Formats: sequence, structure tokens, C-alpha cells
Amino acid sequence: MTDTGFREIILIGIDASPGICIGKAYIVDIEGVDVVKKYFISEDDVQDEIKRFKSAVNKAKQQLLTIITNAPEELRDHTYILETHKTLLKDKMLYGKTIETIKNEKVNAEWALKKVVSEVKSMFKNMSDSYLKERATDIVYVSDHIMRNLVGAETKKIADIDKRVILVANDLSPAEASQINLERIKGFVTDRGGKASHTSIISRTLEIPAVMGLGNATNIIKNDDLIIIDGTVGTVIIHPTEETLLDYGVRSSKYEELKAAITRDSHLQAETADGFQLKVMGNIELPEEVVSVIDYGGDGIGLYRTEFQYLSSPILPNEYELFDKYKDVVEVIAPKPVTIRTLDINGDKAFSNNSDYVEVNPALGLRAIRYCLKNPDVFRTQLRAILRAAAFGNVRILIPMISSYEEVLETKRILDEVADALDKEGTLFNRDVELGIMIEVPSAVIIADLLAGEVDFFSLGTNDLIQYSLAIDRGNRHVAHLYHSLHPAIIRMIKNVADVVRDKEIKLFMCGEMAADPINLPILLGLGIDELSMNPQSIPAVKSMIRALKVEDARAFMKDVFKQNTASGVEELIRETYGSILFEKVYARRKAFGDRAQKNYYRKQKGQT
Amino acid sequence: MTELSRDVIVINELGLHARSAAKIAEIARKANYNVWIIKDNKMADASSILDILTLECAKGSKITLKIDDQSDLEILNNTVKQFETGFGELS
Repeated sequence: MTDTGFREIILIGIDASPGICIGKAYIVDIEGVDVVKKYFISEDDVQDEIKRFKSAVNKAKQQLLTIITNAPEELRDHTYILETHKTLLKDKMLYGKTIETIKNEKVNAEWALKKVVSEVKSMFKNMSDSYLKERATDIVYVSDHIMRNLVGAETKKIADIDKRVILVANDLSPAEASQINLERIKGFVTDRGGKASHTSIISRTLEIPAVMGLGNATNIIKNDDLIIIDGTVGTVIIHPTEETLLDYGVRSSKYEELKAAITRDSHLQAETADGFQLKVMGNIELPEEVVSVIDYGGDGIGLYRTEFQYLSSPILPNEYELFDKYKDVVEVIAPKPVTIRTLDINGDKAFSNNSDYVEVNPALGLRAIRYCLKNPDVFRTQLRAILRAAAFGNVRILIPMISSYEEVLETKRILDEVADALDKEGTLFNRDVELGIMIEVPSAVIIADLLAGEVDFFSLGTNDLIQYSLAIDRGNRHVAHLYHSLHPAIIRMIKNVADVVRDKEIKLFMCGEMAADPINLPILLGLGIDELSMNPQSIPAVKSMIRALKVEDARAFMKDVFKQNTASGVEELIRETYGSILFEKVYARRKAFGDRAQKNYYRKQKGQT
Repeated sequence: MTELSRDVIVINELGLHARSAAKIAEIARKANYNVWIIKDNKMADASSILDILTLECAKGSKITLKIDDQSDLEILNNTVKQFETGFGELS
């Protein structure tokens, strides 16, 4: 297979869903849709042509209904988008206008549809609102569906694939992705799409490797080509050489082995060599991700970001929808805790449909708690949902972006109000939840002693704390290299907070990226952080590193850390002192995850980005 | 035929977007005659999600709902109610 004279080609795209798979390519063609022929029909044939169009639409409706009913259990939450597509099928501007065009211009249905769709599309593309602009994609999905029925294109139905293959497509609509049969499809590759697309979320939910946004994969890859996709780093290799195949065969089995091995250990407690237990929790964004946290051995949810429900729909979610999702998460992981962070939305996102409202400086603008206090109705709805979900497990509330004492008091006042209202209504809820705040603004670090008296815990949000303290926008490539979590200023800030916390006898958590990098662990342990929260995949490596450390050593080590003047000095010191453990626990493991991960690790080690 | 109209303000946070437009369209499709949404002299057919979306109604937009015939009064009232309750999105 490999010695057919083909040259190995490597394509680089977006790592949409992690994992490695090797297999034969199966091109999902949308034949006949790109090239639509135009022909005129006689007056007598107009009615028949309209009938043909109507039956193509009805067929599409039936097909969507079937897809919705047959969607795998895991995807049930994602089918609402297909419902919207179903309603769009009969929209006057699509359906009515196409029929009109057939009648008035006496053209075939395909051409009429194509004409109408391109008008609607251009209308939407010219809109200023980014949400509405994206609706053009939905219109394309819907009209493509009708078009395929019209031209009778033998679309290779994804549900009918009968061998183990890797799907290659220009784009997969949510409807198509929802038909993926896990027993047949090993992974998929698309020309279009990105990490935040609906299809990519579906692939992560199904845990199949996917690389998206490749541009022209469908032109380069042919049916039955042997391809490798590495969704961990976002590469696709076509016609791999014997050597590459061997290499990836090993990597793939190592990846699986590692996943299994790590998962086995990871369910054990993270206890240091001298008997100190540290909780290692997972960060989640989608309720479905709670499963990964459990699989990777997380001790609970340290950060449940709640923005997705607000951003995925053009409309604010209601109390019932929020409660439903929160309850799911809380129940599944109970009695382990779920730390629900209240809405951390950017003002500009919240107002995305209002073109008059543009934040000049969103990082310093109306966001998170500031937005919530300014829109108390939105805030109350979320707090009601949280308190109600709290009746079903162990819930904590975490308030983002606190920068003053008054914000904490106001939040507590609203929380009490909400609880009183629920009580009066006789609704089932639990008021006995811990309340904490994110420490991610420098002012909160400085007045930590004042804030500590009002809350049960602090959670260090290191990403923002570092950005605000060092005045560095990580997205700006001219200064991104200055962003460093081991900056002496950051370590001193954390120490100040840790001292206050010990004094006031509350708890200290960390939920930023800093918590997920094993190299930082000696310091975090030395400073006395009680709980770390990170992306679920990082939990096993962090737990394993903790087991190799001693709190006593780490505390003593901090004396030397505070003598260092620079971030690179601190890092050098960690590597000198803990290098062998780091290598064994982290580097050796990462090796199995591919070259890019290794390179990143090296770069990180050298303090570059 | 007697035209009837009512003015409403979009109160839900994210304005008239796909899901709320779908709710309006579902109601309007049951009407005997046309139901219209008018904003800044632009008129959209309330039974079409796409047409409603093109009005780009943000929160705070003032719009007029119009029915072409009195027999659809109930449809008009129901639609107004949807607007006033923020499409059930506010608790």
C-alpha cells in the first residue's frame, strides 16, 4: 500500500478533537450541488416542476426528522439546531420564493433554488451583526439538503457507510455529523469549520479524532487513500511512508495505552509522599464534559464556566434551561463538589446584536460581575437556577472579576434576596452553598484581607491575574513572550493571598492554566493551595507529579524561590531541583503525544512561547 | 378587511434572533391573512424567520405588529404577549 510511488503529504489544520487514527479515506461528496444547470421549462411543466420541488423539501423534512430521532444518546442536547433547520425548510423566503421563481421565470427548480439562496445569502452576509452573518451557514445547510434531493445526487449517506473509514468532507453539517456511527467512522477531516463549530463540539462529545479547516483536503485526498489523522495536534498525513505508519502505529497504541494507564492511576487520591492530600479538579464548559472529569479522575468540578448557554443561543437562556443543565452536572458528579462560576460574559459579546455598543477595551470593560450587577434580572435568573440545582448535590458559587468590596456585598445581597424569594414560593432549593470569588484582578489581591471576611473561598484565576498584573495581552504577539506565570511578581501575589487565606481560615483554589502545568506544582504546593482545577486531560499528569513531591520540601524550596529575581531564574531553579521528577512524570509521558507537544514543552522549558 | 396594529418593544436581552423569530413564525403561520412586523419603515412577513431576522431587531427596538384582517386578532394578541414576556426567556 505504501510503495505505490505516492509521496507522503502532510496537511496542517485545526485540532478539532484529540486522538489518532489510521485508515482509508472515504470522501463524502455533495455531488451536483456546486454545478447547477439552468434550463427553461414550458408553461405546461411549471406545476410539475413545483411539485418536484415541494417533494424534495418534504423529503428533506422527513430526513431531518429521522436524523433527530436516531441521533445517538450523547447528541440529544445538540439536536435543537436541526429543529431550527426543519422550520427553515418551509420559510417563505426560501420555499415561497423558489416556487415563485419557477413560476415567473420558467426555470428548473434547482436553478430557482440556487438563485433564491444566493440572494438570501448575500443579504445576510451584508449584515453588521456577526450572529446574523453566521445564519448564512444555516441557510446553506438547509438549501444543500433540498438540492441533493432535487438532483437525486447519490449522496453517500453517512449512516449507510458499512466499513471502517475516515470521513473526508468539504464540510459536515450538524445534521451530517449527528449521523456518525461510532462503529464505522474512526475520525473525520473537513476543509471548512473550526474549533467552535457545532460539528467540532459533536466530534469531541463522541470522542473521535477530527481535524478541521484544512482548506482543500477534499481535492488532495482520494477515496481509499491511506491517511493518518492526528487530532491532538491537527495534522493529516496522506500516503504515509512505511516508517511514518510504523511511527504512528506506535503512537496511537501508546496514546490509547497511556489514556488507559493514566486513567487507572488517576482515580487514586493525589497524596504527596509525606501524606498531604491535594484536590485535583476539572474545569468544564459544556455539561457533557463532566464525563471527562470523571474519566480522568477529577475530584470534582473546580470551575464550571457557564457562558456557553448564553453565547450558543441568540436568546438568553431561561431559569428552567439553566437549572436543567446545572442539575445534570451536579447530580452526575455528586457528592463531589461543582463550582459554578456565574456569567463571565464580555459586554461586547452580550451586546453583539447592538452595533452601537462597541467596547474599546473589553478586558477593562463591562464584563462578568460588573455586567451581572448592572443587569440584575439576568443575574437573579442564574442564581435561582444555581440554588435550585444545589438541592441535588454539592454546589459552590464562584463570582468572577471581583475588584472591590462593594461588589461582594451587593452580590451577597442579591443572593439573599433570591433565596428568600425561592423560600416564599416554596420551590425546592438549597441555600447552604459555599460562596467564593475569583482573585484575578490585582486590586482583589491587595484587599484580599478585606474580601476574605465575606466569603468561604478564593479561587485564583491566573490567566487574567497575570494579564492584568503584567499588563500583557497574550493575543498580542509583540508582547506575548513577556507573559510568564513564574514571574516573581505573580509568585509574590499568590503568596500574599495564601497568607491571608491561612490567617482568615478560608480555602484557596486555583483554576487558571498555571495549575495545569506540572512545572509549577512545587511552588503551588509550597505556597499551600488547597485545590487545583484544570482541563480534564491534565488531571492525571498533575496527580502523578503530586505523588512524587513532598510538602515539607516544597515549603523549604520556597525560600530559594524568593531569592530569584527573574522568571527564568525561578524556572531554572525548579528544573535544577525537580528536573528528574519532571522528566519522568511529564516529559516521558508527553513523548507519546507527538512531536508538536514535545516541541511546545521544550519551548516552554526555555521560557519562550 | 380591517387592518389592526400594535406597537411593542423588544425586551429580551439578545433581541429578535432565530429562536424568538421561530416562535413568532409558528404563531403567524396559523393566521388567515398576513401578519407583519414593521421596524423603521421596513416590513417583514411574520411567518418567515429569515424575513424577521433581516429587520435586525436588537433589544430596545420599537416595532409595530400589524394584521391585515380582524379575524386574526387572537394571533396579534398572542404575538404581543410573546414580546411582552420576552418570549419566555426572562423568568
